[in-house]
Amino acid sequence: MLSSEIIIQACYLIAAIVFILGLKRMSSPTTARLGIVWAGGGMLLATAATFFTPGMGNIELIIIAIVVGGGLAWITAKKVAMTDMPQMIALYNGMGGGAAAAIAAVEMFKVHDLEISVEILAIIGGIIGAISFSGSIIAFGKLQGIIKGSFRFKGQNVVNLLMMLLLILISITILMDFELMRNPVVAVFIIALIFGIAMTLPIGGADMPVVISLYNALTGLAVGFEGYVLQNYAMIIAGTVVGAAGTLLTQLMAKAMNRSLGNVLFSGFGDQSISAEGGTENQGEMKPIESSDASIMMAFAQKVIIIPGYGMAVAQAQQKVWEFSQLLIERGVDVKFAIHPVAGRMPGHMNVLLAEAGVPYDLIYDADEINQEFKNCDVALVIGANDVVNPVARTDPSSPIYGMPILDADYSANIIVVKRGQGAGFSGIQNSLFFLDNTRMLYGDGQEVAASLVQTIKEL
Amino acid sequence: METFIAIYIFILAAFTGYEVISKVPVILHTPMMSGSNFIHGIVLVGAMIALGFAETGLEKTIGFIGVFLAAGNALGGYVATERMLEMFKSSKKDAE
Repeated sequence: MLSSEIIIQACYLIAAIVFILGLKRMSSPTTARLGIVWAGGGMLLATAATFFTPGMGNIELIIIAIVVGGGLAWITAKKVAMTDMPQMIALYNGMGGGAAAAIAAVEMFKVHDLEISVEILAIIGGIIGAISFSGSIIAFGKLQGIIKGSFRFKGQNVVNLLMMLLLILISITILMDFELMRNPVVAVFIIALIFGIAMTLPIGGADMPVVISLYNALTGLAVGFEGYVLQNYAMIIAGTVVGAAGTLLTQLMAKAMNRSLGNVLFSGFGDQSISAEGGTENQGEMKPIESSDASIMMAFAQKVIIIPGYGMAVAQAQQKVWEFSQLLIERGVDVKFAIHPVAGRMPGHMNVLLAEAGVPYDLIYDADEINQEFKNCDVALVIGANDVVNPVARTDPSSPIYGMPILDADYSANIIVVKRGQGAGFSGIQNSLFFLDNTRMLYGDGQEVAASLVQTIKEL
Repeated sequence: METFIAIYIFILAAFTGYEVISKVPVILHTPMMSGSNFIHGIVLVGAMIALGFAETGLEKTIGFIGVFLAAGNALGGYVATERMLEMFKSSKKDAE
């Protein structure tokens, strides 16, 4: 081994160690920030070392690609609003998957003798990367609102299954006679890309967190496999760590919704429910309330639990909501925030937004921690949340969300729901909570409503 | 590379990933996903090697796209994670 190669390998080793330490640090709020800085340092070191790989050519092309690709991503990531972060993560993740697929393609087009194990992992990594690429872009489009609704037709699962079989079949033919097969390689990538699109399109927005997390794990796996192809230990370790961590995270999220991963991927949740539930089957009517009345009700309550949802994120209402909460706390009201594991578009999405507004950790509770407290709660204030407080999940076995753990807002003495209009939630399911006798609807944009709540309480 | 050594690395790395994330509070799930998203940005190194040793026009084109995408993954992932975690820091200060 050349001495320069030893130095490069040492750099990769350091990068791999720093990644794991960085990830470890990111798992605790106090050290999290330093964790990403560490990992960033590792990435910088590994990238710089790669430039000195003996025999490297096309240096100008590499630099141009890094500056343009990295620059665009840098600018968009700096500019994007915090609420749009989930789709940006989906997008950057898709780019990583695409890069893994590109590595596989380059290695497979090259004429050189590869071991059979290398060939197999190259093609599997390429397929996974391509699926993650196109799937993540669809997920991005859905969350960004470019792609609306769920696309579904009868026998979709059969078509997907056939595509999967076709992928395996062509892959095997390629492996049988690697040197002679160039066109099938192209076919494999095209089918994998279509498969990623077909797999993601029917999935409803409520399930997107799970899907993004799954693609994150898949990209990690693809990177690990391509690392084996290139005999690059840093890629193998980093990719596999992310693959395993991402798989666990995906399972945790699917579990929080009381659904299996297969169910999320193949059941077409959002679409079915719209056709099944259709219009307003719920009896009774929604009873509106004025914001001044709502504000006074909470000002004289003993205990208020606030349940934020995606609607709060869209309205950018978190700051105003926290301001209102602080005024309540000053009046001696016991205020707590209850966060459902899948509220928002990613796990912890609401936590990030509340942290941005300055809400301290000790006021924020998980569903398990707070569900018993709703019984003693005077007012449950639901802001932009819908499916995660729908009692139907407990009561109606025919509902698509039956069995999903929810926040038991319906057990509290009074419920105030802040909502833009009378429509159903993201999953398209009517919410029976809205029709309860002790529920009042406070219509309007989240931020404006919160502002007027603040106004009223200040005038008291 | 010895196949078995690679298998050992795969398995140990998988256990490491599993261990690291199993103790994460829900609060940090999104930043954590974003952080792990950044870490698989190491694919940049592989894409650079793929392009660095590309010969034909086709290989160079695909390699270029690869580096472009990988750089986006790495830099976008870093900035997104950093911005999210920055808020945690400031909120901590406010709380104290």
